[in-house]
Amino acid sequence: MVVINLRLDPGSGVATYLQLVHQVKQALRLGVLMPGDQLPTIKEVVADLAINPNTVAKAYRELEREGLVAGRPGLGTFVQRSLGGGVTADHTAHRRDLARWVRGCREAGLDHEDMQALFTSVLTDSLREDIA
Amino acid sequence: MTGEFTAPLQGGTALEATGLAKRYRGTWALRDCSLSIPAGRVVALVGPNGAGKSTFLRLAVGLIEATQGSVRVFGEPVGQRAAALARVAFLAQDKPLYDGFTVAEMLRFGRRLNPGWDDALARQRLAELDIPLRRKVGRLSGGQQAQVALTVAVAKRPDLLVMDEPLANLDPVARHDIMRSLMTAVAETRMTVVLSSHVVSDLNDTCDWLVVLNRGQVQVSGEIDELLSTHHLLSGPVGLADGMAARTPVISDSRTERHAALLARTGTGAPLLDPRWEARGVGLEELVLAYLRRPDAAVLPRPTLTRS
Repeated sequence: MVVINLRLDPGSGVATYLQLVHQVKQALRLGVLMPGDQLPTIKEVVADLAINPNTVAKAYRELEREGLVAGRPGLGTFVQRSLGGGVTADHTAHRRDLARWVRGCREAGLDHEDMQALFTSVLTDSLREDIA
Repeated sequence: MTGEFTAPLQGGTALEATGLAKRYRGTWALRDCSLSIPAGRVVALVGPNGAGKSTFLRLAVGLIEATQGSVRVFGEPVGQRAAALARVAFLAQDKPLYDGFTVAEMLRFGRRLNPGWDDALARQRLAELDIPLRRKVGRLSGGQQAQVALTVAVAKRPDLLVMDEPLANLDPVARHDIMRSLMTAVAETRMTVVLSSHVVSDLNDTCDWLVVLNRGQVQVSGEIDELLSTHHLLSGPVGLADGMAARTPVISDSRTERHAALLARTGTGAPLLDPRWEARGVGLEELVLAYLRRPDAAVLPRPTLTRS
Protein backbone atom coordinates (compact mmCIF):
# COMPACT_ATOMS: atom_id res chain seq x y z
CA MET A 1 0.00 0.00 0.00
CA VAL A 2 1.26 3.44 -0.87
CA VAL A 3 1.45 5.61 2.23
CA ILE A 4 2.20 9.12 1.06
CA ASN A 5 1.15 11.41 -1.74
CA LEU A 6 3.91 13.65 -2.97
CA ARG A 7 3.08 17.30 -3.54
CA LEU A 8 4.84 20.24 -5.17
CA ASP A 9 5.14 23.89 -4.31
CA PRO A 10 5.68 25.60 -7.67
CA GLY A 11 6.51 28.95 -6.05
CA SER A 12 9.18 27.61 -3.73
CA GLY A 13 12.11 28.04 -6.11
CA VAL A 14 13.45 24.66 -4.94
CA ALA A 15 14.28 22.18 -7.71
CA THR A 16 11.43 19.72 -8.13
CA TYR A 17 13.48 16.58 -7.50
CA LEU A 18 14.74 18.12 -4.26
CA GLN A 19 11.20 18.92 -3.20
CA LEU A 20 10.36 15.25 -3.62
CA VAL A 21 13.49 14.19 -1.71
CA HIS A 22 12.67 16.60 1.12
CA GLN A 23 9.09 15.39 1.36
CA VAL A 24 10.10 11.77 1.67
CA LYS A 25 12.71 12.68 4.27
CA GLN A 26 10.21 14.77 6.20
CA ALA A 27 7.80 11.82 6.21
CA LEU A 28 10.63 9.58 7.43
CA ARG A 29 11.54 12.04 10.18
CA LEU A 30 7.97 12.34 11.36
CA GLY A 31 7.42 8.61 11.28
CA VAL A 32 4.76 8.84 8.56
CA LEU A 33 6.93 6.53 6.46
CA MET A 34 8.42 3.47 8.10
CA PRO A 35 10.83 0.80 6.94
CA GLY A 36 9.06 -1.56 4.55
CA ASP A 37 6.58 1.06 3.34
CA GLN A 38 6.30 1.53 -0.38
CA LEU A 39 6.82 4.84 -2.14
CA PRO A 40 4.43 5.65 -4.98
CA THR A 41 5.69 4.24 -8.27
CA ILE A 42 7.23 6.65 -10.75
CA LYS A 43 4.21 6.24 -12.99
CA GLU A 44 1.85 7.05 -10.13
CA VAL A 45 3.76 10.20 -9.22
CA VAL A 46 3.90 11.23 -12.87
CA ALA A 47 0.18 10.69 -13.39
CA ASP A 48 -0.55 12.53 -10.16
CA LEU A 49 1.68 15.57 -10.55
CA ALA A 50 2.09 15.70 -14.36
CA ILE A 51 5.87 15.93 -14.06
CA ASN A 52 8.78 14.42 -15.93
CA PRO A 53 9.48 10.79 -14.92
CA ASN A 54 13.21 11.51 -15.04
CA THR A 55 12.69 14.00 -12.20
CA VAL A 56 10.99 11.40 -10.01
CA ALA A 57 13.67 8.87 -10.92
CA LYS A 58 16.34 11.39 -9.96
CA ALA A 59 14.71 11.97 -6.57
CA TYR A 60 14.39 8.24 -5.90
CA ARG A 61 17.99 7.65 -7.00
CA GLU A 62 19.12 10.30 -4.54
CA LEU A 63 17.13 8.64 -1.74
CA GLU A 64 18.60 5.29 -2.72
CA ARG A 65 22.10 6.76 -2.75
CA GLU A 66 21.55 7.88 0.83
CA GLY A 67 20.45 4.37 1.75
CA LEU A 68 16.95 5.46 2.71
CA VAL A 69 15.05 3.49 0.08
CA ALA A 70 15.71 0.58 -2.25
CA GLY A 71 14.16 -0.31 -5.57
CA ARG A 72 12.96 -3.85 -6.12
CA PRO A 73 12.65 -4.73 -9.79
CA GLY A 74 9.06 -5.07 -10.88
CA LEU A 75 7.76 -4.30 -7.40
CA GLY A 76 8.56 -0.70 -6.62
CA THR A 77 10.58 1.36 -4.21
CA PHE A 78 10.61 0.58 -0.50
CA VAL A 79 11.76 2.40 2.61
CA GLN A 80 14.92 0.87 4.07
CA ARG A 81 15.36 2.86 7.22
CA SER A 82 13.78 5.71 9.11
CA LEU A 83 15.36 9.07 9.55
CA GLY A 84 15.76 11.65 12.23
CA GLY A 85 18.91 12.98 13.76
CA GLY A 86 19.22 12.18 17.44
CA VAL A 87 16.46 10.61 19.47
CA THR A 88 12.89 11.75 19.86
CA ALA A 89 13.53 12.97 23.41
CA ASP A 90 16.11 15.41 21.99
CA HIS A 91 13.53 16.67 19.53
CA THR A 92 11.29 17.62 22.42
CA ALA A 93 14.10 19.53 24.09
CA HIS A 94 15.02 21.37 20.86
CA ARG A 95 11.43 22.21 20.31
CA ARG A 96 11.26 23.73 23.79
CA ASP A 97 14.41 25.79 23.07
CA LEU A 98 12.94 27.02 19.83
CA ALA A 99 9.67 27.95 21.52
CA ARG A 100 11.67 29.95 24.07
CA TRP A 101 13.50 31.70 21.21
CA VAL A 102 10.21 32.55 19.52
CA ARG A 103 8.85 34.01 22.77
CA GLY A 104 11.97 36.13 23.14
CA CYS A 105 11.69 37.45 19.59
CA ARG A 106 8.04 38.28 20.10
CA GLU A 107 8.78 40.20 23.25
CA ALA A 108 11.44 42.10 21.30
CA GLY A 109 8.75 43.11 18.78
CA LEU A 110 9.63 40.76 15.89
CA ASP A 111 6.70 39.50 13.85
CA HIS A 112 6.14 36.16 12.14
CA GLU A 113 8.00 37.12 8.97
CA ASP A 114 10.91 38.70 10.84
CA MET A 115 11.43 35.48 12.72
CA GLN A 116 11.11 33.34 9.61
CA ALA A 117 13.69 35.49 7.82
CA LEU A 118 16.04 35.33 10.78
CA PHE A 119 15.70 31.58 11.18
CA THR A 120 16.14 30.91 7.46
CA SER A 121 19.17 33.15 7.26
CA VAL A 122 20.86 31.45 10.25
CA LEU A 123 20.04 28.07 8.76
CA THR A 124 21.43 29.10 5.37
CA ASP A 125 24.60 30.47 6.98
CA SER A 126 25.17 27.25 8.85
CA LEU A 127 24.60 25.23 5.66
CA ARG A 128 27.12 27.45 3.88
CA GLU A 129 29.67 26.81 6.63
CA ASP A 130 29.10 23.09 6.14
CA ILE A 131 29.77 23.41 2.42
CA ALA A 132 32.76 25.71 2.78
CA MET B 1 21.39 -1.45 -10.78
CA THR B 2 18.05 -2.58 -9.53
CA GLY B 3 14.65 -1.08 -9.22
CA GLU B 4 12.34 0.80 -11.47
CA PHE B 5 14.28 4.03 -11.26
CA THR B 6 17.75 3.03 -12.29
CA ALA B 7 19.06 4.73 -15.42
CA PRO B 8 16.89 5.15 -18.51
CA LEU B 9 16.90 2.17 -20.85
CA GLN B 10 18.51 3.89 -23.78
CA GLY B 11 21.91 5.39 -23.65
CA GLY B 12 23.51 7.40 -26.36
CA THR B 13 22.24 10.15 -28.53
CA ALA B 14 18.68 10.53 -29.76
CA LEU B 15 19.20 13.50 -32.03
CA GLU B 16 22.32 15.05 -33.42
CA ALA B 17 22.48 18.03 -35.76
CA THR B 18 25.75 19.09 -37.34
CA GLY B 19 26.03 22.41 -39.14
CA LEU B 20 22.38 22.07 -40.05
CA ALA B 21 21.02 24.88 -42.22
CA LYS B 22 17.92 25.46 -44.28
CA ARG B 23 17.28 28.19 -46.82
CA TYR B 24 13.87 29.00 -48.26
CA ARG B 25 14.38 31.02 -51.43
CA GLY B 26 16.65 33.81 -50.30
CA THR B 27 16.15 33.48 -46.54
CA TRP B 28 17.97 31.28 -44.06
CA ALA B 29 15.39 29.77 -41.71
CA LEU B 30 18.10 27.92 -39.83
CA ARG B 31 21.83 28.57 -39.80
CA ASP B 32 24.75 26.46 -38.64
CA CYS B 33 22.73 24.55 -36.10
CA SER B 34 24.72 22.01 -34.12
CA LEU B 35 23.41 20.23 -31.08
CA SER B 36 23.18 16.83 -29.53
CA ILE B 37 20.36 15.49 -27.38
CA PRO B 38 20.75 12.39 -25.21
CA ALA B 39 18.15 9.64 -25.48
CA GLY B 40 15.38 9.49 -22.89
CA ARG B 41 15.04 13.24 -22.56
CA VAL B 42 11.99 15.44 -22.80
CA VAL B 43 13.25 18.40 -24.75
CA ALA B 44 11.68 21.85 -24.82
CA LEU B 45 12.38 23.74 -28.00
CA VAL B 46 11.62 27.40 -27.46
CA GLY B 47 12.17 30.59 -29.39
CA PRO B 48 10.27 33.51 -30.87
CA ASN B 49 8.16 33.22 -34.00
CA GLY B 50 10.33 32.76 -37.06
CA ALA B 51 13.26 31.47 -35.00
CA GLY B 52 13.35 28.26 -37.04
CA LYS B 53 11.63 25.89 -34.60
CA SER B 54 9.27 24.27 -37.10
CA THR B 55 12.03 24.11 -39.68
CA PHE B 56 14.29 22.34 -37.21
CA LEU B 57 11.59 19.84 -36.25
CA ARG B 58 10.71 19.13 -39.89
CA LEU B 59 14.35 18.55 -40.72
CA ALA B 60 14.68 16.24 -37.72
CA VAL B 61 11.86 13.98 -38.93
CA GLY B 62 12.88 14.12 -42.58
CA LEU B 63 9.89 16.06 -43.90
CA ILE B 64 12.17 18.58 -45.56
CA GLU B 65 15.75 18.38 -46.72
CA ALA B 66 18.63 20.38 -45.32
CA THR B 67 20.38 22.96 -47.47
CA GLN B 68 23.58 22.29 -45.54
CA GLY B 69 24.70 20.01 -42.75
CA SER B 70 23.06 16.87 -41.47
CA VAL B 71 20.82 15.50 -38.79
CA ARG B 72 20.98 12.02 -37.33
CA VAL B 73 18.38 10.24 -35.26
CA PHE B 74 19.73 7.43 -33.08
CA GLY B 75 22.90 7.60 -35.11
CA GLU B 76 21.28 7.22 -38.53
CA PRO B 77 20.99 9.95 -41.14
CA VAL B 78 17.35 11.01 -41.30
CA GLY B 79 15.05 9.87 -44.08
CA GLN B 80 17.14 7.15 -45.68
CA ARG B 81 15.60 3.96 -44.37
CA ALA B 82 11.94 3.13 -43.76
CA ALA B 83 12.86 1.16 -40.64
CA ALA B 84 14.57 4.23 -39.20
CA LEU B 85 11.50 6.29 -40.00
CA ALA B 86 9.30 3.90 -38.03
CA ARG B 87 11.20 4.84 -34.87
CA VAL B 88 10.03 8.43 -35.15
CA ALA B 89 6.57 9.94 -34.75
CA PHE B 90 5.76 13.50 -35.71
CA LEU B 91 2.80 15.47 -34.45
CA ALA B 92 2.32 18.53 -36.62
CA GLN B 93 0.76 21.72 -35.36
CA ASP B 94 -2.42 21.18 -37.38
CA LYS B 95 -3.39 17.91 -35.70
CA PRO B 96 -3.30 15.08 -38.24
CA LEU B 97 -6.86 13.94 -37.65
CA TYR B 98 -9.83 13.41 -39.96
CA ASP B 99 -12.96 15.11 -38.64
CA GLY B 100 -15.26 12.67 -40.41
CA PHE B 101 -13.60 9.62 -38.85
CA THR B 102 -14.71 8.18 -35.55
CA VAL B 103 -12.03 7.73 -32.91
CA ALA B 104 -12.11 3.96 -33.55
CA GLU B 105 -11.55 4.58 -37.27
CA MET B 106 -8.58 6.80 -36.45
CA LEU B 107 -7.09 3.89 -34.52
CA ARG B 108 -7.73 1.48 -37.40
CA PHE B 109 -6.05 3.97 -39.72
CA GLY B 110 -3.05 4.19 -37.39
CA ARG B 111 -2.79 0.40 -37.22
CA ARG B 112 -2.81 0.12 -41.04
CA LEU B 113 -0.01 2.63 -41.44
CA ASN B 114 2.27 1.63 -38.60
CA PRO B 115 3.93 -1.78 -38.29
CA GLY B 116 4.71 -1.38 -34.58
CA TRP B 117 1.20 -0.19 -33.68
CA ASP B 118 0.19 -0.88 -30.06
CA ASP B 119 -3.60 -1.08 -30.18
CA ALA B 120 -3.98 -2.11 -26.54
CA LEU B 121 -2.02 0.94 -25.43
CA ALA B 122 -4.15 3.24 -27.59
CA ARG B 123 -7.43 1.82 -26.32
CA GLN B 124 -6.32 1.88 -22.70
CA ARG B 125 -5.22 5.51 -22.95
CA LEU B 126 -8.49 6.59 -24.55
CA ALA B 127 -10.49 4.68 -21.93
CA GLU B 128 -8.54 6.37 -19.14
CA LEU B 129 -9.32 9.71 -20.75
CA ASP B 130 -13.02 8.86 -21.15
CA ILE B 131 -12.90 9.50 -24.88
CA PRO B 132 -15.68 7.54 -26.62
CA LEU B 133 -14.41 5.43 -29.52
CA ARG B 134 -17.60 5.85 -31.53
CA ARG B 135 -17.62 9.64 -31.48
CA LYS B 136 -16.62 11.47 -34.67
CA VAL B 137 -13.32 13.27 -34.24
CA GLY B 138 -14.89 16.54 -35.42
CA ARG B 139 -17.32 16.42 -32.50
CA LEU B 140 -14.68 16.12 -29.79
CA SER B 141 -13.46 19.12 -27.82
CA GLY B 142 -10.12 20.70 -28.76
CA GLY B 143 -8.49 19.08 -25.75
CA GLN B 144 -9.90 15.65 -26.63
CA GLN B 145 -8.76 15.99 -30.25
CA ALA B 146 -5.27 16.80 -29.00
CA GLN B 147 -5.42 13.70 -26.78
CA VAL B 148 -6.49 11.50 -29.71
CA ALA B 149 -3.67 12.88 -31.87
CA LEU B 150 -1.19 12.27 -29.04
CA THR B 151 -2.56 8.75 -28.52
CA VAL B 152 -2.15 7.91 -32.21
CA ALA B 153 1.43 9.18 -32.08
CA VAL B 154 2.26 7.26 -28.88
CA ALA B 155 0.60 4.02 -30.09
CA LYS B 156 3.07 4.00 -32.95
CA ARG B 157 5.56 3.19 -30.14
CA PRO B 158 8.19 5.57 -31.43
CA ASP B 159 11.60 5.92 -29.83
CA LEU B 160 11.46 9.60 -30.67
CA LEU B 161 8.29 11.67 -30.57
CA VAL B 162 8.52 15.10 -32.16
CA MET B 163 5.71 17.59 -31.57
CA ASP B 164 5.30 21.03 -33.08
CA GLU B 165 3.42 23.29 -30.66
CA PRO B 166 1.27 20.52 -29.14
CA LEU B 167 -0.18 22.97 -26.62
CA ALA B 168 -1.19 25.72 -29.03
CA ASN B 169 -4.87 26.68 -28.98
CA LEU B 170 -5.61 24.66 -25.86
CA ASP B 171 -7.01 26.03 -22.62
CA PRO B 172 -4.93 25.71 -19.43
CA VAL B 173 -6.74 22.59 -18.22
CA ALA B 174 -6.35 20.84 -21.57
CA ARG B 175 -2.67 21.86 -21.69
CA HIS B 176 -2.11 20.36 -18.27
CA ASP B 177 -3.99 17.18 -19.23
CA ILE B 178 -1.93 16.80 -22.40
CA MET B 179 1.33 17.23 -20.51
CA ARG B 180 0.14 14.74 -17.90
CA SER B 181 -0.65 12.12 -20.56
CA LEU B 182 2.60 12.83 -22.31
CA MET B 183 4.55 12.36 -19.07
CA THR B 184 2.71 9.13 -18.33
CA ALA B 185 3.50 7.88 -21.83
CA VAL B 186 7.17 8.76 -21.31
CA ALA B 187 7.18 6.86 -18.01
CA GLU B 188 5.68 3.81 -19.76
CA THR B 189 7.72 3.81 -22.95
CA ARG B 190 10.93 5.68 -22.09
CA MET B 191 10.76 7.41 -25.47
CA THR B 192 12.62 10.63 -26.21
CA VAL B 193 10.38 13.65 -26.77
CA VAL B 194 11.14 16.92 -28.53
CA LEU B 195 8.39 19.52 -28.39
CA SER B 196 8.22 23.17 -29.29
CA SER B 197 6.16 25.61 -27.30
CA HIS B 198 5.55 29.26 -26.70
CA VAL B 199 4.29 28.84 -23.18
CA VAL B 200 7.38 28.28 -21.09
CA SER B 201 5.42 27.86 -17.85
CA ASP B 202 3.89 24.65 -19.26
CA LEU B 203 7.37 23.22 -19.71
CA ASN B 204 8.38 23.60 -16.09
CA ASP B 205 8.73 20.20 -14.48
CA THR B 206 7.74 18.43 -17.69
CA CYS B 207 10.81 19.01 -19.83
CA ASP B 208 14.32 18.24 -18.64
CA TRP B 209 16.35 19.57 -21.57
CA LEU B 210 16.15 23.06 -23.02
CA VAL B 211 16.99 24.18 -26.54
CA VAL B 212 16.61 27.88 -27.31
CA LEU B 213 16.53 28.81 -30.97
CA ASN B 214 16.84 32.46 -31.85
CA ARG B 215 17.14 34.02 -35.29
CA GLY B 216 17.80 30.65 -36.85
CA GLN B 217 20.60 29.68 -34.48
CA VAL B 218 20.97 27.55 -31.38
CA GLN B 219 21.44 29.84 -28.44
CA VAL B 220 21.15 27.41 -25.55
CA SER B 221 21.18 23.64 -25.32
CA GLY B 222 21.47 21.88 -22.00
CA GLU B 223 19.93 20.02 -19.11
CA ILE B 224 17.41 22.27 -17.39
CA ASP B 225 18.45 21.46 -13.81
CA GLU B 226 22.03 22.21 -14.72
CA LEU B 227 21.15 25.44 -16.52
CA LEU B 228 19.13 26.62 -13.54
CA SER B 229 21.85 25.79 -11.06
CA THR B 230 24.53 27.57 -13.08
CA HIS B 231 22.66 30.85 -13.52
CA HIS B 232 21.95 33.35 -10.74
CA LEU B 233 20.34 36.70 -10.41
CA LEU B 234 22.92 38.93 -8.75
CA SER B 235 21.88 42.17 -7.17
CA GLY B 236 24.27 44.71 -5.74
CA PRO B 237 25.64 48.23 -5.92
CA VAL B 238 25.80 49.61 -9.46
CA GLY B 239 29.44 50.61 -8.97
CA LEU B 240 30.45 46.95 -8.84
CA ALA B 241 28.42 45.89 -11.88
CA ASP B 242 31.09 46.49 -14.53
CA GLY B 243 33.62 44.49 -12.55
CA MET B 244 31.18 41.64 -12.20
CA ALA B 245 30.27 41.75 -15.89
CA ALA B 246 33.96 41.55 -16.77
CA ARG B 247 34.36 38.34 -14.76
CA THR B 248 31.06 36.60 -15.43
CA PRO B 249 28.96 36.20 -18.57
CA VAL B 250 25.96 38.43 -18.05
CA ILE B 251 22.75 37.61 -19.89
CA SER B 252 20.55 40.41 -18.69
CA ASP B 253 21.65 43.61 -17.10
CA SER B 254 19.32 46.09 -15.50
CA ARG B 255 20.70 49.06 -13.61
CA THR B 256 19.32 52.02 -11.74
CA GLU B 257 21.35 54.89 -10.34
CA ARG B 258 22.44 52.81 -7.37
CA HIS B 259 21.44 49.26 -7.93
CA ALA B 260 22.26 46.61 -10.52
CA ALA B 261 20.47 43.31 -11.19
CA LEU B 262 22.42 40.93 -13.39
CA LEU B 263 21.28 37.57 -14.61
CA ALA B 264 24.61 35.86 -14.96
CA ARG B 265 26.04 32.48 -15.82
CA THR B 266 27.95 31.94 -12.63
CA GLY B 267 28.82 28.30 -13.05
CA THR B 268 28.21 25.51 -10.57
CA GLY B 269 28.21 25.98 -6.83
CA ALA B 270 27.44 29.13 -4.94
CA PRO B 271 28.97 32.11 -6.72
CA LEU B 272 32.00 33.48 -4.91
CA LEU B 273 30.97 37.00 -4.21
CA ASP B 274 31.73 40.23 -2.57
CA PRO B 275 29.28 40.34 0.39
CA ARG B 276 27.72 43.41 -1.16
CA TRP B 277 26.26 41.15 -3.87
CA GLU B 278 23.22 39.06 -3.21
CA ALA B 279 22.60 35.96 -5.35
CA ARG B 280 19.36 34.14 -5.89
CA GLY B 281 18.32 31.30 -8.12
CA VAL B 282 16.42 31.78 -11.37
CA GLY B 283 13.35 30.10 -12.79
CA LEU B 284 13.08 28.54 -16.23
CA GLU B 285 10.86 31.29 -17.59
CA GLU B 286 13.20 34.00 -16.33
CA LEU B 287 16.17 32.25 -17.88
CA VAL B 288 14.51 31.73 -21.25
CA LEU B 289 13.28 35.33 -21.43
CA ALA B 290 16.71 36.67 -20.56
CA TYR B 291 18.32 34.69 -23.39
CA LEU B 292 15.58 35.50 -25.89
CA ARG B 293 16.03 39.21 -25.22
CA ARG B 294 19.74 38.95 -25.89
CA PRO B 295 20.10 37.03 -29.14
CA ASP B 296 23.73 38.16 -29.29
CA ALA B 297 24.45 36.43 -25.98
CA ALA B 298 25.05 33.30 -28.00
CA VAL B 299 26.18 31.44 -24.93
CA LEU B 300 26.12 27.74 -25.36
CA PRO B 301 26.28 26.45 -21.82
CA ARG B 302 28.14 23.26 -21.52
CA PRO B 303 27.31 20.49 -21.90
CA THR B 304 26.03 20.90 -25.40
CA LEU B 305 27.15 17.41 -26.24
CA THR B 306 25.88 14.12 -24.98
CA ARG B 307 27.46 12.62 -21.97
CA SER B 308 26.84 8.94 -22.02
